[in-house]
Amino acid sequence: MTGVLTAKQERWRLRVQGVVQGIGFRPFVWRLARELGLTGWVNNDAAGAQIEVEGAIAQLQQFQQRLLVELPAAGRCDRLQQERLTLQGDREFVIATSMASEQSTAQLPPDRAPCSACLRELWDLRDRRYRYPFLNCTVCGPRASIVRQLPYDRNRTTLATFPLCPDCQREYQDPSDRRFHAQPIACPTCGPQLQLWDAQGQVLADRDRSLTEAIAALQQGKILALKGLGGFQLLVDACQTDAVQRLRDRKSRPHKPLALLLPDLEAVRQLCQISAAEAELLQSPAAPIVLLRAIASEPWLAAIAPDCCELGLMLPATPLHHLLSRDFGQPLVATSGNRSGDPLCWDEVDALESLSAIADLWLVHDRPIALPMDDSVTRIIDGQIQVLRRARGYVPTPIAIATPAEPLLILGSWQKNTPAIAADGQLQLAPYVGDLESLAARDRRQQVIEHLQTVMGLQPTAWVADAHPDAPLLAPTETRSGWHVQHHLAHVLAVAAEHQLQPPFLGLAWDGSGWGLDQTVWGSEALICQTEGWQRWRHLQLWPLLGGDRAAKEPRRSALALLWQLEGDRCWDLPELQTVFSPTERSLLQAWLSRDRGLKTSSMGRLFEAIAWICRWQGDQTYEGQVATWLENQCDPQIVGDYPLSLTETGIDWRSLLQAVWCDRQADLSTAILATRFHRSLIQLVVALAQQAGLEPVILSGGCFQNRFLLEGAIAALRSAGFQPYWAQQLPPNDGGIAAGQVLAVHWYGGS
Amino acid sequence: MAHGSGGRQMNQLIETVFRSVFETEQTVAADAAVLTLPSDRIAVSTDSFVIQPLFFPGGDIGSLAVHGTVNDLLMRGAIPHRLTASFILEESLAIATLNTLVQSMASAAQAAGVQICAGDTKVVERGKADGLYITTTGIGWLPPDRQIGPQQIQVGDAIVINGDLGRHGIAVMACREGLELELPFASDVASLRSPVLGLLEAGIDLHCLRDLTRGGLASALNELAAVGVGMDIEAKAIPVDPAVAGVCEILGLDPLQVANEGRFVAFLPTDQVAIALQILRQIWPEQEPRCIGIVQSATPGLVRLRQPFGSDRLLEMLSGEQLPRIC
Ligand SMILES: [Fe+3]
Ligand SMILES: [Mg+2]
Ligand SMILES: [Zn+2]
Ligand SMILES: [Zn+2]
Repeated sequence: MTGVLTAKQERWRLRVQGVVQGIGFRPFVWRLARELGLTGWVNNDAAGAQIEVEGAIAQLQQFQQRLLVELPAAGRCDRLQQERLTLQGDREFVIATSMASEQSTAQLPPDRAPCSACLRELWDLRDRRYRYPFLNCTVCGPRASIVRQLPYDRNRTTLATFPLCPDCQREYQDPSDRRFHAQPIACPTCGPQLQLWDAQGQVLADRDRSLTEAIAALQQGKILALKGLGGFQLLVDACQTDAVQRLRDRKSRPHKPLALLLPDLEAVRQLCQISAAEAELLQSPAAPIVLLRAIASEPWLAAIAPDCCELGLMLPATPLHHLLSRDFGQPLVATSGNRSGDPLCWDEVDALESLSAIADLWLVHDRPIALPMDDSVTRIIDGQIQVLRRARGYVPTPIAIATPAEPLLILGSWQKNTPAIAADGQLQLAPYVGDLESLAARDRRQQVIEHLQTVMGLQPTAWVADAHPDAPLLAPTETRSGWHVQHHLAHVLAVAAEHQLQPPFLGLAWDGSGWGLDQTVWGSEALICQTEGWQRWRHLQLWPLLGGDRAAKEPRRSALALLWQLEGDRCWDLPELQTVFSPTERSLLQAWLSRDRGLKTSSMGRLFEAIAWICRWQGDQTYEGQVATWLENQCDPQIVGDYPLSLTETGIDWRSLLQAVWCDRQADLSTAILATRFHRSLIQLVVALAQQAGLEPVILSGGCFQNRFLLEGAIAALRSAGFQPYWAQQLPPNDGGIAAGQVLAVHWYGGS
Repeated sequence: MAHGSGGRQMNQLIETVFRSVFETEQTVAADAAVLTLPSDRIAVSTDSFVIQPLFFPGGDIGSLAVHGTVNDLLMRGAIPHRLTASFILEESLAIATLNTLVQSMASAAQAAGVQICAGDTKVVERGKADGLYITTTGIGWLPPDRQIGPQQIQVGDAIVINGDLGRHGIAVMACREGLELELPFASDVASLRSPVLGLLEAGIDLHCLRDLTRGGLASALNELAAVGVGMDIEAKAIPVDPAVAGVCEILGLDPLQVANEGRFVAFLPTDQVAIALQILRQIWPEQEPRCIGIVQSATPGLVRLRQPFGSDRLLEMLSGEQLPRIC
């Protein structure tokens, strides 16, 4: 020890900001300090972590360097501050308890699927955690879904009420153990437990037997309400078509695709074609639902995703899901556990009531959920991840964007509501909430906002909402001031925000609808964004939105409105229209049209639905995007040709396109030809808009660009025309990603 | 009509058109009517009527001007007594049209049990007044102990409606738009005198009454919830005529947001609902009075619409016209 004593000694304080809590950071620091013979301590604080180390300068320098290089994979260091202190002469290096403080900027990691070491234990007969559904360690397990407050310590999580048994306590305290300071540590002796309930909440079985009985019930075609990580899921045997149909009937969800839970990648490969990027995404710690192209043609698949050629698949995200899906051995439908229109259920007692008309059995546990989160939905576009629904596994990872000086509460959109807080160059998105038509969804929005505010320790001083005059704001008692941002400006700027683009640029927001600033319903915007302001440069020429929101449910209305715009009252001579409108409908709508009543729209979503109707789509639309998805799936990349669309000074004239589609329909060409040519026309339009605007870069945003054929086609076409396209990746391209654009619109333009 | 300058022509108009029809107490024109009322608690309400077209299925601007104001008095539990009427006439308005409307007012007043005791007439240039505008002011009296109003709403009160919704708004709109359609329904414009007084006379403990005019049921309930109570409304209990519902669906309108002129909600103790409904049915056998919900304390200021399947939603007061919600 003499040599060490003679070397020059110093004491440093290192403050680390970024994702350093809940990832095994402190044990990592502890081991590193011990290894280098340094003394001092490490703790979490509300800003991240604080380290004081003392020792020889060379060792200290090594320590600082290795701290950054060897940081656990789930962590991220955004900022490291070093400061010299006076020597204290500590005897050893210890992990100190956390200090709570007012302002919390520490980042909490999202929930992570079980690591390989934990999985080995799960299936190891000799392990004391064999088949324990809640095992976890410092690198995996629940995080965001159980944390009530930062800094991240067990007593501020929902596990606070589970005192550790001696074995767990030993592991928690042993720096050489991989569960050293694992906050959610649990075992069959001291941790949460499963129970299987009937509809009255009577316990049918507990612990492992509840799994066995749940599996048996699933095999009988029963619908299981499962309390997962961030909330309830509804599970049913995917291969029993009548059971799946029963779930659809009970959930009033006749056609919308259902996600599948599969035990492993091998099982996925039997159903879908997957790229390396897709395999990686499926197996990532976030374990999201990934949309994949189906290759299998088993008859039961038709009932899972009727209008789609893609399936939403996920691998188990928790030990519990591993047990269930491995024991069951077959694909399971795993869809959000909520009553139609309501947000996700997350409490077992509430779930008994709200899922009473849907589920047969409830597989629940006693680990409370702090923040309700749905499963996330993702896909790979052009080799890059694109998040379509952002919740479990991604929340609460912040996204770096430009923000105004004052913290803002971002209220998001009406549909797919996903609120956020923006402060200090970061956007903290809440988990996906749902459609605000439901009162429960509005309460849920309020709840997640309050949770975000608590966890971030921020009280935003102003809010930002959509420009719709009836946009649901906060509680009636709300006194803060706010801004309104037009929906499609927000769509475009959301993409600019996540890619940190600077104006000028061209932004396309092709979408269902958003209230426009000229009292019409927008949805095909080509916006030119400059530093000093933005301009609605081009859009589809207007047509009547027949029946407001009814138009979005009934494609025949958009078809009628467009054909009427083209042909006038002569359109009523078309036998195709005569058969789908009753005489009463006809007389009312005819009067409405000829007197030029009601709202006007330029919505690309409605154009898609009208074209789909002409392409022989029949009936109503039972979920948003159904008709456009169907039309996309009619496309055949082998088919060439497109329809003319003229781009004039005043707008995008769709009449030539409509005429041409109608001619092809009259000539009895196949739906595949019509659909493909229509898509190709829009891809041509994207390029024509870019060329005429002569602006770089080009942003593609809005719900219509969830259409893979359109998006991938537009990306390729723009690139070959020499333009650089940008699209939503970390944030959803749909209304779930609006928040980032709402922030940027306030920051750049002071709202809209 | 060229009566703009007042004087003899105007006098003649008043004599021939108005005084002969509205039986006023004064035989000699005086500057003000003098009234003697049975109580010193006086209720006053005033409203202006501007509507296109002047005539619509089931009524006209004249009957509307009487019922609108009389119904407002009744909503405080007042006994309607007298009405004043003020007319702004457009030069081009035909005397025959005016005569018809004045007749209509007179019979509405009779049905509502009020007399028109004072009035005024002005004529404005062609193109200035859409035919005519009518302003009416109603005076009624209240028995000493009668307390009916938003402040009297109590948690637990039942919410009763006197009939189906949306006829007036849809009938007027259909007529205005010249929809070539034989609408099988007419405006609901009517005096609410007999149902309201009928309930009161039967000893129903009415806490609050509100007529469902512009903005429909949604606006009325939200205005009342603003006193700090919540309401739960059962969507399936709200009566809407299938033909009205059909037109609403075709045009994308919500019948709960559409105007009525002969419909009201009553807030009363739950244990009196059955008898209240029975009285309403006796008075208007062709109507469907219903209990549509209750007052609760869970959602102060908000009206919850409970749907048989699926989630509860907010029944909202809209900012203006009905806009597409999905944005
Ligand atoms: Fe949108
Ligand atoms: Mg009134
Ligand atoms: Zn692990
Ligand atoms: Zn234990």
